[in-house]
Amino acid sequence: MSALELRNLVKSFGGLRVTADVNLDVAPGERRLIIGPNGAGKTTLFNLIAGELRPDGGSIRLFGEDITRLPCRSRPHRGLARTYQIITLFPRETLLRNVILSLLGLSPLRWNPVLLLRRQKALFAEARAALERVGLDRIAERPLAETSYGERRRVEIAMALAQQPRLLLLDEPFAGLSIDERKDVQRLLLAIPREVTVVMIEHDMDVALDLADRITLMHFGEIIIEGTRAEVVAHPRTREVYLGE
Amino acid sequence: MSRWIALALALVALATVPWWVVNGYYVNIVSQILIYAILALGLNVLVGYAGLVSLGHAGLFGVACYTVAWFVAAGWGQLAAALFALAMIIATSAVFAVLSLRATGIGFLMITLAIGQILWGLAYRWIGVTGGDNGINVPSRPAPFGLSLTFSRPFYFFVLVVFLVAVAAMAVLIRSPFGASLKGTRDQPRRMTALGYNVWLIRFVAFLFSGFWSGVAGVLFCYYNQFVSPNVLALSSSAEALLMVISGGTGTLLGPIAGAALVVVMKNVASAYIERWNLVLGAIFVAIVIFMPEGLVPGSVRLWRWAWSLRRGPRAAAALRTGGGSAG
Amino acid sequence: MNLWLLLAVNSIAFGGLLFLLSAGFSLIFGLMRIPNLTHGSFFMLGAYLGVSFLAMGLNLWLAALASAAAMALIGGGIERLLLRRLGGQELAQVLVTLGLSFMIADLCLMQWGGDPIPIDTPPHLRGALPIFSIVFPTYRLVIVIIAVVIAAALWLMLERTRLGAMIRAGVDDAPMARVTGIRVSRLFTIVFCLGAALAGFAGVIGGPILSVYPGLDADMLPLALIVVILGGTGSLLGALLGSLIIGFLYNFGQALFPELAYIILFLPMLLILLVRPQGLFGRHAP
Repeated sequence: MSALELRNLVKSFGGLRVTADVNLDVAPGERRLIIGPNGAGKTTLFNLIAGELRPDGGSIRLFGEDITRLPCRSRPHRGLARTYQIITLFPRETLLRNVILSLLGLSPLRWNPVLLLRRQKALFAEARAALERVGLDRIAERPLAETSYGERRRVEIAMALAQQPRLLLLDEPFAGLSIDERKDVQRLLLAIPREVTVVMIEHDMDVALDLADRITLMHFGEIIIEGTRAEVVAHPRTREVYLGE
Repeated sequence: MSRWIALALALVALATVPWWVVNGYYVNIVSQILIYAILALGLNVLVGYAGLVSLGHAGLFGVACYTVAWFVAAGWGQLAAALFALAMIIATSAVFAVLSLRATGIGFLMITLAIGQILWGLAYRWIGVTGGDNGINVPSRPAPFGLSLTFSRPFYFFVLVVFLVAVAAMAVLIRSPFGASLKGTRDQPRRMTALGYNVWLIRFVAFLFSGFWSGVAGVLFCYYNQFVSPNVLALSSSAEALLMVISGGTGTLLGPIAGAALVVVMKNVASAYIERWNLVLGAIFVAIVIFMPEGLVPGSVRLWRWAWSLRRGPRAAAALRTGGGSAG
Repeated sequence: MNLWLLLAVNSIAFGGLLFLLSAGFSLIFGLMRIPNLTHGSFFMLGAYLGVSFLAMGLNLWLAALASAAAMALIGGGIERLLLRRLGGQELAQVLVTLGLSFMIADLCLMQWGGDPIPIDTPPHLRGALPIFSIVFPTYRLVIVIIAVVIAAALWLMLERTRLGAMIRAGVDDAPMARVTGIRVSRLFTIVFCLGAALAGFAGVIGGPILSVYPGLDADMLPLALIVVILGGTGSLLGALLGSLIIGFLYNFGQALFPELAYIILFLPMLLILLVRPQGLFGRHAP
């Protein structure tokens, strides 16, 4: 059974076909890298998988379960987590509170209007552990607005991992980071246990290639090539797509 | 520690109002302030914590007011009338919420404005039920446990108790996990959905909570005024409620209370000296939106800190001015 | 004359007035993305100014034009001095227009008092005209003609001039228009002035029908709101059709179901907001 299975996925905006009959299989525990020039439809694909967009046709299966019609808010409860190209967290809150919001998202506690959130020791401990995993527990009480972009990216990854997802979608996790910050994030991603299947969109080949088991190349909403790292890198069409026909 | 002391002092001050505000007329003013503070606190749940600005909350206030008035005037018992009004207000809030939550931002504003106007139009034209412009006279105030509320002092204590319950409920809500979820939907609704939250449902529940307390304020106002007219539901009333919230500041519990005090005092006391209340109301509105958008309470705190830091020298003050706003 | 026919004629005339009021509102909403809650006040203030101009001896048409000019100045002042400071913060801008509406209402009360002031129909336009054996009140016909002429002029401006093209681009996508070099801030001021002028003009020529009284602003603003929501923001055609529909609903509603008149008006608006938020012809949802 695939961790993620896409069959004949189609999406159009007006007359423009942004996702054109996409078929994809990601094995459990796999690290899949999706590459392609700008406008290839990669983020749209993520939005379809996450449920922010409704496909015009086709199906999406998560570990065998058909989630095509499942609303976006229910997918995290089935084990799907994602990060965004542009980091959109909660700047007024501390790092700890940001992670707490992530943990609450899956907890029935989020509906409770009478408990004092501050007193939920177990929750705070879990949040601290999540921040520790990304090396940010020293500044757990700092407001997010006072952290660097690289630190925020790590918080975002901590938040995604805190939900213990089965499938993690990373949309350009290295975008906007300095060289050192990229190394930090790369180390983080390599350390993710194989219980989590990872699908990543990235432009920066240097850092991304090391993380990938298999690579999918997209262009104009279609999958052009798919294969192991070596296969795709060596393939003549890869150069064509990136350097123009 | 200082916060608890300030709170205790405030409680003592409130509890002893009838003794240091000797004149019954002014005790009534304080009662009014507390009643409108409950309305403002209720509205702030939506404006400040959910990020949804409503121009129709006078409608909820008014529905509660009219319901109580109608039942008491028709001869029903006070308790039954009050309970029925609260049930009415929850039902109305639910309908209100389902309709206005189809949008956010300006769309939400306009839908709440439209519904508020429909309710006003009903109060104005459905003369058979509401008496139209003539309104409904409420013959008596309730007498809980046999205590008469006819005079300003006992009525004030009645309102004070309800007010304290309301403040406590707000404080508990905002510090609860649900409160954190609500604030999350205000700041990043898309991210919240991706984290597994049902943003619509969270807003819906918040609307019910907000409407409930606005309705409670309406019931209290009915007892206070012993008369209700369509004016209570007019757009200007919704605007005044909004002014209370934004003038005091939406981020704190004290803000709406301070805002209510400001508006009520201006309306009652100042109108003895200034003839044109609406002009002043409008001017304050405009000034606050442009110059102190975070509200009087946070704005005053900011100014106070800046003035205080001047004692340490101009450079400290400058650092405070530039650095103070970024983490907000 | 048949009551229904008279109601119909009045509805069309009222619709014409509403169009003059709503066209500006629609453009402001479409371009600046804010419902201008001061628009009813512009109508009323224009009407009051018209009263003063009439008292100075001007005839109705000159008074209407003078009012329009005055309102354009006032509108421009408001946009440049107040709204522009809040650029991009639409909610804040709406609240400012709300506050201003209160201020203008009180200022009018202070200046012109609390009694309704009637405006006389110009002497040659009193009475009625027989057309196809039906007798139409002359002045109302004139209003319809003026509304049609102004509608045509507005349409020409929007479709055939450079300014109109820029406005249409701004209504479509203001940030994108800015990027292509269009001075969107200047467009904001121009459109706001135009809207205020139209509202003021309508207030004066509507005087013989509605007279001028405190509360006129609160009566007219919701109607403009409904028309624009129904017809779609930024759409002239929508404003025209919406005005006609609301003109009819208003007059027939008042006559047939006075108790539910308000609901008859607001219910369509609510339905449209819920079902098709961009209105009949609009481009964006509010």
